[in-house]
Amino acid sequence: MKVLLSWLKEFAPDIDGDPVELGETLSALGLAVESMSIIGEELSGVVVGQVLELKPHPNAERIQLVDVDLGDGEPTQICCGAFNMSVGDFIPVATIGTVMPGGMEIAQRELRGELSNGMCCSASEIGMGLDSEGIMILSNPNADLEIGTPLNQALGIEPDVLWDLEVNANRPDAMSVAGVARDLAAALQIPFAFPRIDVGESGNANETNVSVRIQDASLCGRFLTRVIKGVSVGPSPRWLQNRLVNLGMRPINNVVDISNYVMLELGQPNHTYDMAKVAGGILGVRRASNGELITTLDGTERELSDIDGVITDADDKPIGIAGIMGGESTEISETTEEIIVEVAWWDPPSISRTVKRLNLMSEASIRFRRGVDYGENMVRAVDRVAELLAECGGVATSGIVEAKGDLPDRSPIIVRPAKINALLGTGLTPDAMERHLSSIGFEITQKRKNLNVTVPTWRWDTETETDVAEEIARMHGYENIARTVPRGSQAGELSQFQKDRRLVREVLVGVGFDETMPMPFLAPGDLKLSGLPEEAISLSNPLVHEESLLRTSLLPGQLKLIAYNQSHRINDLKFFEIGHIFLPPDEGDLLPDEREHLSVAIVGEDAPSAVKILNLLGNALVLPNLQLKEPTADGLHPRRSSSVLVAGKPYGHVGEISPRTLQRFGITGRVAWLELDLGKLLEGPHGKRRYVKVSKYPTSDIDLAFDVPESVRSAEIEGCLRKGGGKLLSNLMLFDSYKGESMGEERRSLAYRLRFQSTETTLTDSQIGELRQKCIDEVQKKTKARIRE
Amino acid sequence: MIDLQKLSQEAKEASITASTVEELSKVQNQYLGKKSELVKAKKGLGSIPESDRATAGKELNEARESIEIIFTERKLEIEEAEWDLNLASEKIDLTELLNPITRGHLHLITQARDQLEDVFVGMGFTVAEGPEVETAWYNFEALNIPDWHPARGNFDTIFVDLGEPEEVMLRSHTSPVQIRTMERQAPPIYIVAPGRTFRTDSADSTHLPAFNQIEGLVIDKGITMGDLAGTIDAFVQAFFGKEVKSRLRPSYFPFTEPSAEFDISRPDGSWLELGGCGMVHPNVLSNCNIDPEEWQGFAFGFGIDRLVSMRYQLDDIRELVLNDARFLRQF
Repeated sequence: MKVLLSWLKEFAPDIDGDPVELGETLSALGLAVESMSIIGEELSGVVVGQVLELKPHPNAERIQLVDVDLGDGEPTQICCGAFNMSVGDFIPVATIGTVMPGGMEIAQRELRGELSNGMCCSASEIGMGLDSEGIMILSNPNADLEIGTPLNQALGIEPDVLWDLEVNANRPDAMSVAGVARDLAAALQIPFAFPRIDVGESGNANETNVSVRIQDASLCGRFLTRVIKGVSVGPSPRWLQNRLVNLGMRPINNVVDISNYVMLELGQPNHTYDMAKVAGGILGVRRASNGELITTLDGTERELSDIDGVITDADDKPIGIAGIMGGESTEISETTEEIIVEVAWWDPPSISRTVKRLNLMSEASIRFRRGVDYGENMVRAVDRVAELLAECGGVATSGIVEAKGDLPDRSPIIVRPAKINALLGTGLTPDAMERHLSSIGFEITQKRKNLNVTVPTWRWDTETETDVAEEIARMHGYENIARTVPRGSQAGELSQFQKDRRLVREVLVGVGFDETMPMPFLAPGDLKLSGLPEEAISLSNPLVHEESLLRTSLLPGQLKLIAYNQSHRINDLKFFEIGHIFLPPDEGDLLPDEREHLSVAIVGEDAPSAVKILNLLGNALVLPNLQLKEPTADGLHPRRSSSVLVAGKPYGHVGEISPRTLQRFGITGRVAWLELDLGKLLEGPHGKRRYVKVSKYPTSDIDLAFDVPESVRSAEIEGCLRKGGGKLLSNLMLFDSYKGESMGEERRSLAYRLRFQSTETTLTDSQIGELRQKCIDEVQKKTKARIRE
Repeated sequence: MIDLQKLSQEAKEASITASTVEELSKVQNQYLGKKSELVKAKKGLGSIPESDRATAGKELNEARESIEIIFTERKLEIEEAEWDLNLASEKIDLTELLNPITRGHLHLITQARDQLEDVFVGMGFTVAEGPEVETAWYNFEALNIPDWHPARGNFDTIFVDLGEPEEVMLRSHTSPVQIRTMERQAPPIYIVAPGRTFRTDSADSTHLPAFNQIEGLVIDKGITMGDLAGTIDAFVQAFFGKEVKSRLRPSYFPFTEPSAEFDISRPDGSWLELGGCGMVHPNVLSNCNIDPEEWQGFAFGFGIDRLVSMRYQLDDIRELVLNDARFLRQF
């Protein structure tokens, strides 16, 4: 919501002081200043010019030559990139030597061989508003613009302060100049009052031939109309246009402009109908029926539903969508003479639902959905429209025609001062609370132990004791609340899961992995490209097609990252990621089966590198009985990857990404890969460390080499060796794997070093010999591997 | 009788001619070995008169000792020189660095998140987490945001194709974790909830559709708005530095009442909006079966990405999801 200092002062004339400090006061009231500007300052050199002739530039298509009269009756040529003006238009022209607000000085220039002697200005260029589209065309309703006069003088612009305020959804009142003035006056402890409105009614009540029927009382709380006759539609007065432009609205004609002006001033959206087009002069209010059609002011035909409210005519035909937008059929036109002005109060939830359904936000609906004032301000608004229309020849017929529906409950809120102080941490007396509340229009109807507080009609949002507490805190000043810390003492700690997750990160970072954090969205096709099942949860309203699915694995995202980095010639990539994946909901569940996964990718290395990382993590987390078992997962190399089991349960996969997958992503080199369900893994058994006494007896090492067929895995042999060696086998290590011609087809040699040690005695040679034989026997009995002598 | 002094002198000179341990050993053998003059002289002791024998023997022993010392010292000298030579031959240019070892890097978001968690853990909070896909109940309704509420529009929610239309969504804030915690745990509650959140913001230099927030919730007896302001103050000082101040300004969130934005001071004296906070709305407590007459509390929240972006003056927040290794390895 934008407000002008001069406009605020119409309600609180004593507002004074440094604009920056006033802005701080507004911010401290909860009306955060998003921007502030001093407007209408003398722009010496900018004058009113009139377009004499428009000619194409001989050498440039996007520039035209504009001959303007700057008061001397002679054409001055200006090169201009805008094409929105016509011969005869009045426009602001910055003459040579003018220093623009941005600091640029206007000088004579040559543009592709044509001289430019100044600049035609848009509204934003000269601080007259926000419009930067095209040159500002100065309207001249009273034919009083004098060519060559300084612009500010010609337009009657006074220096002013413009604030753009952020108004929260709970402040319907502050969506108006008057509402902001009320708050500011309370904070500054200066008077606030509405100026007297002079409608100048004439005629008798019989002339007010309009009637109103509310058929759905839950939709419309109150509906006021006034009939204005003798209006001549044309441009609105200059001062009114200036204010609209400053507040960001485009002047259209006096009737529309006045309607908008009153909405901005009093926060009361209102609608004007061409009375001649309202069948029967009867306005009705009801819910629409499903499929009912209406063409709105913007020329769009819209299909209504039974949650929408409509205003109807005598034929029960919809002529407007309640609180959203008027209908085209009763729109004000140049020929309009008689006007019905409507000021209504619509049920905010109803308006909100229609706004959402039609996706149609308007200045009116923004206010209605927050809950506009349903009290005296409605009368004030309809009268203010009449008063302003009187300046355009309008004459209000006597009286307001009004109908009522269900208005909000205005029974007082019981406010316990002790509770307020306990909530805020303050020690305010009931008197102080009353003072704060009355300053913004809350009435205290009873003050004993508790306060009975009646909420003003402009604060529909305020319903409960805590809502009132906020108003007290706001007027007391948040900064005046003493700062304390909670007295209850608690021991803060990370959970075991959180500590373990940090450990995983630290271990990986320690061995050179960079943590990545891509967004969890996938494009349709990513899963298929990655070799994964295509079933995934989709988004209903994705921003872009490429981000319309939720990932079911960290693989596709990592593949994209690797491809991206390789495309920038970075190949030494060691990436990990910890993030959520989303599987379809379990039977009977609404939410996805959401899991926290860990992935590790090593570009340029093959499967064993990933297994080493797995073992490293297994060691750090003390994973019991870490095993690799077939089968592997989709997307991975069929012969170079395995499932990962801990204590017999599967938690993910390790190995290498399938080269076929890599090829589809344009990734060169091999990629070692590990993906684990970290959440589930850390829920399982892990982390138990036990003390084993270090033996003081000597160790004996033996080496055993086996001739092993392809089908037998090293883990199987190791299992046999461990079994054979029993408790005395203190260490086992594969130290050589050899595959060569001497081994024959599909066979390899695996050599292990076994270290034996007892905790009780020195092992004799014959004992070692027996252990050696037991190990060999175990391997040869259980596998097809044979000892190499 | 041999001239022992001369012998000793000769041995010294001979020892110097030896430049290796092996050579020295040969020379030493000449003077101390079985065939050396000293040994011969010792054997010849029997042929000298008994009265002189003891003196001569003593002289021979002394001479032997002094020659032995000569060779021992020379041996040490040679060994030292050999070590020097060997080590000198092992020269390596330490600036020739092949295959350097590099550490990895935690993502900036993780670094900031860990740091924030640590500050709050130090203040007595525990860290709560929740799912990224949520129901309308947790994301909105339990937080006092009914379906018609204008504030719902502010969340620009990304919905998920599950359940009824707009029933399931990517959480648009971390506040659902408040509800999940209060449903699971009786007060007193002191938690922070960091995590990923989502909005339909097209990615540009200052927006991402997926970003990170951290949320705090305290529910206890007698918690006041003063406690909220004091807690924010304590956090701001612990995280940003002792000299940084905080302030609260009135604002609006459906799930807190009173509500506030909180700002932190910048070195130039201006204020920077950091996040939102307020006293937990009684409706929110009731929705979680906590009696608002018995318990009170506050909540606060802010964006982590923005914090990171400010701290490192990132000119494009998309760097945080692009994962260019050249970016990741800077921190």
